[in-house]
Amino acid sequence: MTSLAWLIPAALALGLMGLAGFLWALKNGQFEDLEGASWRAIDDEEPSHTSDKDGR
Amino acid sequence: MEASLNASTKLDRGAARTDPGSVETVTLSVPDIVCGNCIRTVENALRSVKGVAAARANLSSHRVTVTFDPSVDGDAVDAVKLVTALKTVGYTAAELVEGAETAAAHGRTSDLVPRLGVAGFAAANIMLLSVSVWSGEVSDMDPSVRDLFHWVSALIALPAIAYAGQPFFRSAFSALRARRLNMDVPISLGILLATAMSLFQTIEGSGQVYFDAAITLVFFLLIGRVLDEGVRVRAKGAAENLLSLRAMNATVIAEDGTVRTVSARSLRPGMRVVVAAGERVPGDGMIVSGASELDESLITGETVPRSVTTGDHVHAGTVNGGGVLHIDVTSADDNTLLAEIGRLMLAAEQSRGGYVRLADRAAQIYAPAVHVAGLLTFIGWMLAGSGWELSLTHAIAVLIITCPCALALAVPAVQVAAMSRLFDRGIIVKSADALERIGEIDNVVFDKTGTLTLDRIDLIDDPPIDAKLLAHVASLAAASRHPYAQAVVRAARKRGLAVDAFDGVREVPGSGLLYCHDAKEERLGSSEWVGAERQTDASLWYKSADGTLTGFRFADRIRPDARETVEALTRADFGVELLSGDRPDPVARAAAATGIARWRAALRPAEKLQRIGDLHAGGARPLMVGDGLNDAPALAAGHASISPASAADISQAAADVVFQGDRLGAVVETLKVAQAAHRMALQNFAIAIGYNAVFVPLAMFGYVTPLIAAVAMSTSSIVVTANAIRLRTKSLRLSPVRRRT
Repeated sequence: MTSLAWLIPAALALGLMGLAGFLWALKNGQFEDLEGASWRAIDDEEPSHTSDKDGR
Repeated sequence: MEASLNASTKLDRGAARTDPGSVETVTLSVPDIVCGNCIRTVENALRSVKGVAAARANLSSHRVTVTFDPSVDGDAVDAVKLVTALKTVGYTAAELVEGAETAAAHGRTSDLVPRLGVAGFAAANIMLLSVSVWSGEVSDMDPSVRDLFHWVSALIALPAIAYAGQPFFRSAFSALRARRLNMDVPISLGILLATAMSLFQTIEGSGQVYFDAAITLVFFLLIGRVLDEGVRVRAKGAAENLLSLRAMNATVIAEDGTVRTVSARSLRPGMRVVVAAGERVPGDGMIVSGASELDESLITGETVPRSVTTGDHVHAGTVNGGGVLHIDVTSADDNTLLAEIGRLMLAAEQSRGGYVRLADRAAQIYAPAVHVAGLLTFIGWMLAGSGWELSLTHAIAVLIITCPCALALAVPAVQVAAMSRLFDRGIIVKSADALERIGEIDNVVFDKTGTLTLDRIDLIDDPPIDAKLLAHVASLAAASRHPYAQAVVRAARKRGLAVDAFDGVREVPGSGLLYCHDAKEERLGSSEWVGAERQTDASLWYKSADGTLTGFRFADRIRPDARETVEALTRADFGVELLSGDRPDPVARAAAATGIARWRAALRPAEKLQRIGDLHAGGARPLMVGDGLNDAPALAAGHASISPASAADISQAAADVVFQGDRLGAVVETLKVAQAAHRMALQNFAIAIGYNAVFVPLAMFGYVTPLIAAVAMSTSSIVVTANAIRLRTKSLRLSPVRRRT
């Protein structure tokens, strides 16, 4: 019974971390170009410097 | 050019130029980005342009976002330069025309997805707690633990619903304020009542807690909205890409004689532009020098080019077929053809505003029924003497269980499936209610030029023209880009004749071709040019060295499957009609070739509009299929409308559906899918109502527990969605319509 006292908060905290991660990724533009990302992963060239941080 | 309408007001703001400082951002549409290598090539090409800070290609939307510093020493970077840079590596690109609007649509999706994330998180956690409570009912759970779990659920549910449910609350509120009912009214009411009652019961410490039902409801409904929005944004993006590519550039000559390229939308009255052969005239204006033929098919539907010379007025969108033209752009005038067409179109569009969507029509019957059922339950239990608290609990249970999750998903789920099926076949549906309107179509009205026919014309080779003569004329014609000349060359090639262009053929713009050799003269061109009488229907004349005249006749090139399409439509009992602005002869030929019995020719835009209006008045629901500028008002007036991707910008903007490719079969496919979508939406309504028929009596008699509510809602949503997904792969048949004319 006492275990619930920390298990529930722990479960919720873990869930919230996942949610926060998702929201961060969304805001950061990680889901903007799903097809392109799969190609970029196998691109052998040195990553070029993309200084566009506005997520577009 | 007020005529470019809603499109052009956005154009001026176009090309999302954001940062006010020294850095600018433009978005280019590059349709050929299709693989990983393209990403690299495109990005590298753009980065090597001096002044470009960053370039990021998006494979999903076929666009590139470029950030650059326009003030880089002297040699300023602009969108035109970027497009040129891409052209050198083999990619067609264009500045995006409607940047502002894209940003708006973009904002809304990214607004729905976080809400979906929050709702999903809350639903999952509350479900975990609820499952514990449900299993606790049959085992030895302590009431105090149950209450704790309810309190934790409340803690998660209240903020989650307040945040995630906002789209529904807002829509319901604005509908109520306009004294209307839409599907969001019963949804919001259900969610709010379920939450309020659950909170009350939690405080009271009793078992009727519906937080799980309320939040899963929000979650499922948001999934529907996100999918719906996603398809629409994708379709809209594709349509914008198409439009951007067709946006014209203009070559402007400044007063000091320097030449520069600007986009057509930045043209101002008084500027002088040069239009080379084969280019589109970028603006309304007057020819100051040069003579040529103009292909005005986009505006008038006429396939045969018009001869123009100095002093003639020209319209934007026409194609210069012959010599170089210098044009003074005239001031925007309310009497231009474009402006007139624009006005007709706006008026026609307004008449369509009254359309009520299927789901909203259902809501108008459904919402009162639900609320009456809830009220009856309350009254019934009060009469039975159960006290107001229990009566209210049961009444609210009715509202929760009837809360139209399945009903609200019924239509969007089907529309998402239908629109993505069409999208895969190159057919872009611009709005969801367009699909509903197409599902009700019973008459199809075609335009001729560019719709039934392709933009090319063919030489009529029946009876066969003497092979030697044809080869000779084709060798002469090979020097010209005029559509007639090219048709002659094509016909000769098709017969397997050798065509080698003669040297020294001179093109006289607006007249024809002149070939002098051995002190003899041959001519190929208009009847006046060769001196023939204008009696026959021959459009191109050849005058040989010894003075004999031969006339050539031409016909439009019919789309390869136009006849099949018309047959399929007639078989399904659709009324099929042909309305054209072209001369009667070619229209009659096209009608005969495609098997259309009812046709009218030489119609002006207003007359086409009139005919569509007559069809409406007769109770018919006409689908307008057209591409020309002259069709734009009719497209806007039709119950629904379809344009090929080769259509004029304004027509594409007016049409509900745009299809790519040469095949007219897209019209049949769209009708098939729209009809099937309509059937399936009704099926889904039936499922939703069947579900209500089982569970509403249960709720009214007080047998609904939180477990039953949660299970019943999820199952109905899943069944409805699964039914809709079948539409993506199902093979369809065009079903016969009952015509009202």
